[in-house]
Formats: sequence, structure tokens, C-alpha cells
Amino acid sequence: MAVYRRNYKPYSGAMTPAWSRCLVLFRYSRRNLFRSKFLTGFFVVCFFYPLLCFLMIYLAHNVSFLQEMGVPKGVVSIDNEFFFNFMSVQGVFAFLLTAFAGPGLISPDLANGALPLYFCRPFSRAEYVLGKSSVLAILLSQITWVPGLVLFLVQASLAGASWTWTHLWIAGSLVVSSLIWIAILSLLAMALSAWVKWRIVAGALLLGVMFFGAGFAQAINAVLRTESGHFFNVAYLMTTVWNALFQVDRQHAIPVAEAWVALLVYCAISLGLLMRKVRAYEVVR
Amino acid sequence: MSTTAQRGAVVGESEQIPPAVLLPPLVEMQGLSVQFGDREILRSLTATLRGRSLGLLGPNGAGKSTLINTLLGFYKPSAGSARVFGYDVGTEVRKIRGLVGYMPENDAFISKMSAVSFVQMMGELSGLPPDMALERAHEALFYVGLAEARYRKLGTYSLGMKQLVKLAQAIVHGPKLLILDEPTNGLDPSARQRMIRMIKDIRDGKEMRIVLCSHLLRDVEDTCDEVLILKQGRIAHYSNLDDERRANKRFLELEAYGANGDFTEAIEKLGCECAVNANRMKMILADGVETRDIFRLAAERQVRIRRMNFRRDTLEDIFLKAMES
Repeated sequence: MAVYRRNYKPYSGAMTPAWSRCLVLFRYSRRNLFRSKFLTGFFVVCFFYPLLCFLMIYLAHNVSFLQEMGVPKGVVSIDNEFFFNFMSVQGVFAFLLTAFAGPGLISPDLANGALPLYFCRPFSRAEYVLGKSSVLAILLSQITWVPGLVLFLVQASLAGASWTWTHLWIAGSLVVSSLIWIAILSLLAMALSAWVKWRIVAGALLLGVMFFGAGFAQAINAVLRTESGHFFNVAYLMTTVWNALFQVDRQHAIPVAEAWVALLVYCAISLGLLMRKVRAYEVVR
Repeated sequence: MSTTAQRGAVVGESEQIPPAVLLPPLVEMQGLSVQFGDREILRSLTATLRGRSLGLLGPNGAGKSTLINTLLGFYKPSAGSARVFGYDVGTEVRKIRGLVGYMPENDAFISKMSAVSFVQMMGELSGLPPDMALERAHEALFYVGLAEARYRKLGTYSLGMKQLVKLAQAIVHGPKLLILDEPTNGLDPSARQRMIRMIKDIRDGKEMRIVLCSHLLRDVEDTCDEVLILKQGRIAHYSNLDDERRANKRFLELEAYGANGDFTEAIEKLGCECAVNANRMKMILADGVETRDIFRLAAERQVRIRRMNFRRDTLEDIFLKAMES
């Protein structure tokens, strides 16, 4: 390495393709995230429940062992309810992981005005958002639909072809329910961190949106004697959609289609807020 | 707007720097206007800038930074157009950004990253392969004088060091145009000297053209061969500094004892304009007349020169004239 040369030297070598630039951001952001031992530890904890599920699937197919343990037949059944529960638990972990990891993606760039340095290069705002959100998307995928599909494949291999064909839709439900949750969490976390620019506050705000949103929804329902308050409760909307996707028979106050629309509106608003803040310089009109 | 050098001229300090007229246009503006809400920041700018190193001058709020940000595609022109290296800022901004290195005025860093990682990442975002970006990040940091501190986190850097890191990230990918927005902001005199020396070195290396935006006249005078002065969003003056210096009058103020009409006459015979008030004389030197000629005339006539003050139009004079116009 010619670091002893102290004069400026032009560059005329090969350049990487334009499409690969957002991977640079992904690589650096991910490396930066996993510098935190706490986050790495929590990421490992996120795999405990999938491991437990794996064990349950294994046990469900070892009838003799269950009989020896005195567990009645049918107590451990691997069906849509099982995968719905898996998704509910992993959804909570995904939310907590986002609250820790999400705000640290954009706020350091905004806190010290680094955005002009990104955008003075052949690199667009859309690529920036894509690069940053892909970190969360891949991180959350690793604890939601990827282990979900692995569990489904394990169950399919143990249960046989007929179970697989009749329950194939569960695999689709796992992917779709995970993706919508990942989209909501990623966009919400990045939008909040873009607006407050302070990592800790952005994390607290994300927790606030979820918990205070639920409280606010209950208050509106109680005061106005309506069910419309649930539209402020993102977790409730998500559960409504998951119930429909996993065909779990539970009563919900708002129709599934409206829950879908509300979630998509949340995504659109978050994206709009994000794109408004992610620019080289803010224009003061 | 006055333009004394749009035709291009031999500029800079050395013969090696090619005439500006031989260089392709750096920036072409045609009725460029930028408006934020009701406020018109840039008002119908029209000029072709060709210099190797161009200084953007103007008082605070004149539109210097807005012009730079428009050339980088951060702001959309509300009317007119601008081209950088022939590429339109409205439609070909990605190509422009591929050729540009930018050092912004304000803080721009990621506090938890080390300088070398930061500059490497910026290099990669500009299109350098990772190994090359790492190599050039080290080189750029050595070049700007941050070799010893390159593994430290940027949050721990002093203001002067942060300025140097901004310069390093701007040159790491070998751009064709280096845009420097107030590069000496907040620097102490010695750090300012170092920064100016580096900018001169880059300029004289001939690999990059420079646009330097500053409200410090010394910075522009030291590093630029052309100057564009903005006032209230309009071009107040655009000229080649060397031409300007050559064309400008040189003034001489004397305090002389024993001078009589003969001494004044002799000076006027040389083609100088002279005004006498008791022992004080003010004169405008003619072309080819040097101070030693005045000394010679004084010695021949036994005139005792007690004080001599020589000055010529500086960039400050040019700037003040532009502001008054």
C-alpha cells in the first residue's frame, strides 16, 4: 500500500456498477450494528423460541415419547394456530429488535449532517433508504419468516406430502405476515429516527407509538363508544391481519380489509416522512 | 456584471497552468434562477466559467452555497439551466456527481466511525472497489495530514481535523472537480495556511479543477485564478484575477523632503499622475515604471524619501467595487 506517498494521485481504475452502491451502505450499517454486544446477544435470544418450536415439532412426531411422558395425544398439534403463535412471538421480538437497531441506522447520519456527503455522490435518496432499510429487512427476516419457513419444512418432512399440500398456504401466510410487519417496523423506525435525529429518543418514540398508540386507541373507544380507535393501534391492526392470514378464528372489531388499508397507510405516511427528511439540505421556505 | 476575462487568459502562478480558454467550460449557466417559496435566491445567472480554480465570493446570503447546491443537484432550478462539464444539472445529475468531490461548509461526519472507515465508505459509494477504496482512504488521510489519527473516531476530532477529513473524503475517489464550501471555516491561522497550501497543491497538480466558495477574500486570492462575485443572487462581477491585477492601477504614496517642482515634473515625464500636498505626494504609476525609478529620480535631485507606501488594487478593491456597483 503506497501510503508513504503524500501527494495527490488521480484514480483511473475500474468502478463498481451503480446498482451495487446501496450494498455498500448495507454492509457498513450491518457491521456497525453488530458492534453492539447487547444487540448481538439479543439477536441470539431471538432464536430461542424457533428452537423451542423445532423441539415441539420433533416431539409431536414422536408419539411414543409423548406417551412415556404422559402427554395426551393431540395436545401438541402442528397446525395454523401453531404457526400463528410462532409469528406472534417472533413479531414481538422483531419489534424489540427494531426498537434497538432501527433508530441507529439513520440518526447518526442526520445528527452530524453526513447526508450531503452521500448525496453529492452518484447515489440517490431512494438508494439510501433502500440500503438502510435492507439492513432491518434482512435482520428481521432472519428471525421471522426464514425460521418460520424452516419450521414449516421440518414439519412437512416429518408429516408427509398430504399434510404439506393441504397446509401449503401456511408458508405463504408466514412470508406475507412477516413482510408486512417488517415493512411497518422498518419504515416507522427510520421515519422516527429521521425526525428526532437522536437515537435513544427515536427508540423510545417507537415504543411509544406502539404502547401509547394502544392506550390512545382504548381511550378513544371508551370515550366515543366506537371501535374506530383501533386504527391508532398498529399492533391490533397487525393481529387482525395475521388472524386472517393464518385463518385463526378470532373476533375482531374492525374488518380485515380496513386493517390492511390502515397498515398500508401507515407505511405510506412513514415513507413520506422519511423521504421528506432524507435529503442533502432542508429547504427553508 | 463586469467580465474582464470571459475570453480566457493565462492564469495562475506558473507557466505550467494552461490558459483557461483551452480548458473545457466548467460551468455554464443560462438564466439560472432558484426560488424557495417566495424568496428568489439566485436570479437569472448567465455565465460560462472556465477557470482552473474558480472563487465564488459574496457577502453572507448572496447565494454562493445555493449555487453550489444547485450545481450538485440538491436544489432544482426554478428557471433557466446550468451545466457542469456539459451535463445538465436537471437531467444528468448522476453523471455530474460522478465527477465531483464536495466538501460542505458545515459539519458532515459520522461520529462513531473511524476516519479511515468513513473515507473508505465514501470512496466505495463513489464507485471504488472496496480494496482500492481502503488503499486510497489511507492515502487521502496521509495526504491531508491525518495519518496518525486515522484510526480515531471522528467524534473525537477537533474542528480543524474534521475539516481535513471532509477534504479527504472529497478527493478519495479522484474527482475531476473539487467543490470546497468555506474550507477554512473555523481554522486557526496555521491550520488555515495548511489548508490553503493543500488546495494550491491540488490546483497545481492539474488533475482537478476547483470551485472554492468563501467569504474570505484572502482564501480566494491565494488559491483561485478566476473569481465570480455574487450579490443578492446576481452576478456582480466575474473576472480573471491575474488579468485584473495586471490591468489595475498601482498607487504610490510618498512623504518626501526637499522635493520641488523639478521632482514632480520628472515623475510626470515618466507618465505617472501625481498630486502634491506639502511633503506628501500621491501618484499613480504608469506601466513599466517601478518604485526603483522613483528612488533614482529622488537620488538625482537630493530628495529625501521618508516614507513610501505602495499598493495596488487587491481582490478587496475588486470586491468592494462589485458591491458598490
